[in-house]
Amino acid sequence: MSDYGFSTLSVHAGASPDPATGARATPIYQTTSYVFDSADHAAALFNLQTFGNIYTRIGNPTQAVLEERMAALEGGTAALAVASGHAAQMIIAHALMETGDDFVAARQLYGGSVNQFAHSFKKFGWTVHWADATDPESFRKALTPKTKAIFIESIANPGGIITDIRAVAGIAREAGIPLIVDNTLATPYLIRPFEHGADVVVHSMTKFLGGHGNSIGGVIIDGGSFNWSASRKFPTLSEPCASYHGMRLHETFGNMAFAIACRVLGLRDLGPAISPFNAFMILTGIETLPLRMARHCDNALKVAKWLKEHAAVDWVSYAGLADDPNYNRHRTYCPKGAGAVFTFGVKGGYDAGIALVDRVKLFSHLANVGDTRSLIIHPASTTHRQLSPEQLKAAGAGPEVVRLSIGIEDADDIIADLDQALRD
Amino acid sequence: MSSPLTYSEDYIAGILRSVKTIAMVGASANQIRPSWFAMKYLQEKGFRIIPVNPAAKEEEILGEKVYASLADIPVPVDMVDIFRSSEAAGEIIDEVIRLKEKLCASVVWMQLTVINHEAAARAEAAGFKVVMDRCPKIEYGRLCGDIGFMGVNRRIIDNKRKPLGAGRGALSRNALGQGKGQL
Repeated sequence: MSDYGFSTLSVHAGASPDPATGARATPIYQTTSYVFDSADHAAALFNLQTFGNIYTRIGNPTQAVLEERMAALEGGTAALAVASGHAAQMIIAHALMETGDDFVAARQLYGGSVNQFAHSFKKFGWTVHWADATDPESFRKALTPKTKAIFIESIANPGGIITDIRAVAGIAREAGIPLIVDNTLATPYLIRPFEHGADVVVHSMTKFLGGHGNSIGGVIIDGGSFNWSASRKFPTLSEPCASYHGMRLHETFGNMAFAIACRVLGLRDLGPAISPFNAFMILTGIETLPLRMARHCDNALKVAKWLKEHAAVDWVSYAGLADDPNYNRHRTYCPKGAGAVFTFGVKGGYDAGIALVDRVKLFSHLANVGDTRSLIIHPASTTHRQLSPEQLKAAGAGPEVVRLSIGIEDADDIIADLDQALRD
Repeated sequence: MSSPLTYSEDYIAGILRSVKTIAMVGASANQIRPSWFAMKYLQEKGFRIIPVNPAAKEEEILGEKVYASLADIPVPVDMVDIFRSSEAAGEIIDEVIRLKEKLCASVVWMQLTVINHEAAARAEAAGFKVVMDRCPKIEYGRLCGDIGFMGVNRRIIDNKRKPLGAGRGALSRNALGQGKGQL
């Protein structure tokens, strides 16, 4: 299958005609459970001794097609789809860390991830140490003997930073820990992190993968590259597993052990399964991912260039602009495009920002990105309103900041809408 | 565990379709060992597995007599599957080469994480097909579609409906040489 191109895989990977009916589209297998052939077959399934379906909290045939497609698009060995991107991050942390362990993450992350890592993970005894996504050496400085992973976003939300994945991967490799890359804003169409040294890739499929703003979902993809048994740091993978009669998952499942561990431990016990219907919706969205991403990126570049020349705009932060500090990394890591989410500063600060989101007629004012529709938000008055002025500035969400997620409408119409909304 | 080893689908599928009897070196009666359930799965798929393990206390594993060494196996085998360390695999492969006429084997298969390039080269020079760092259970499951349920990247595209009944995992033995995805 390595012969097939990205667009072909986007349409076909993982999907075959339904054996029962010949249906060519992947059916929605809306069932909780699956009959066993015999008591012996049931026992083998529960002991992970054979492959098959047991219960939709652990796996479902519609979900399995989505998983295989994502594994193929990212070039990984196996994948696990779950209820949301947050659920995916929770399950990854659960597989890697014991109480008292820590991990290093870029501080320039999606705000929801910052909250999850800093506050909710703390209740499990998992500590996050922050590093600077623009300074790979800061990750090395934050390492401790208890550090079990490094976590970055390939394209950071919302700052538009393109992370030097290879440099951070080198630091993770030297430390004997895996590099986890959130590839949500890039999608594998723009960046395939495994090609740059990542060990695990995670997505919110809610964004560009599903692409239509209709379904929440997350996915974990195993790169198959990490040796979980090289040290005693990852007992969930390398040591006998108490809930599977002492089986060692890495020894048993080899280069897909991480994806299997996430499924048979994290998903089984924590429970955030994706619904078959959402899996179907996201799978359908992925069929047009390359077409949509190309259009998203073309439109975003046109809008960013136009904004940069606009008298009411103070600054534009988009890696696709030749004078942007991220431009060179954009050319290195994602020459096909710099994504479709970026921020700009409107002259007139907080009041001007609020006025803009009230005046737009085509853009939707909401807290999501990666929709076919163009989206706008003023973080200081919405998603980040609980922060102090100092915190707002540190988070890249100052009073003048507006975030756009550029859709696939006609670029002229997107620009015309901003133009009328930026007028007094 | 970055695996630089790549094998074409036709090579792996060709081996799994042509082989019927497998000597499994390092087979275990312990039900949590990978060798035990690789043996069980492959038996269910119609392979005969002959366990080889000098340290085994049991006379039989999954209904098959356990032999202390490859030399003791009284019947021809098509493939030797090695569940031992990469170092130990070297001696085992030399024994397989010595016993080539008696065993009639044509394939040497080393399990996940078992990699011995020198021994592999000796086996290939002696006319064997060699596979390293793979599990025949996982490869069979991947190629016949069973393992798709685990979100595994099978690297296959199908455009034909699988016949019902073949559904639960049969790798057709006569489909060799047909188009992509027809297994």
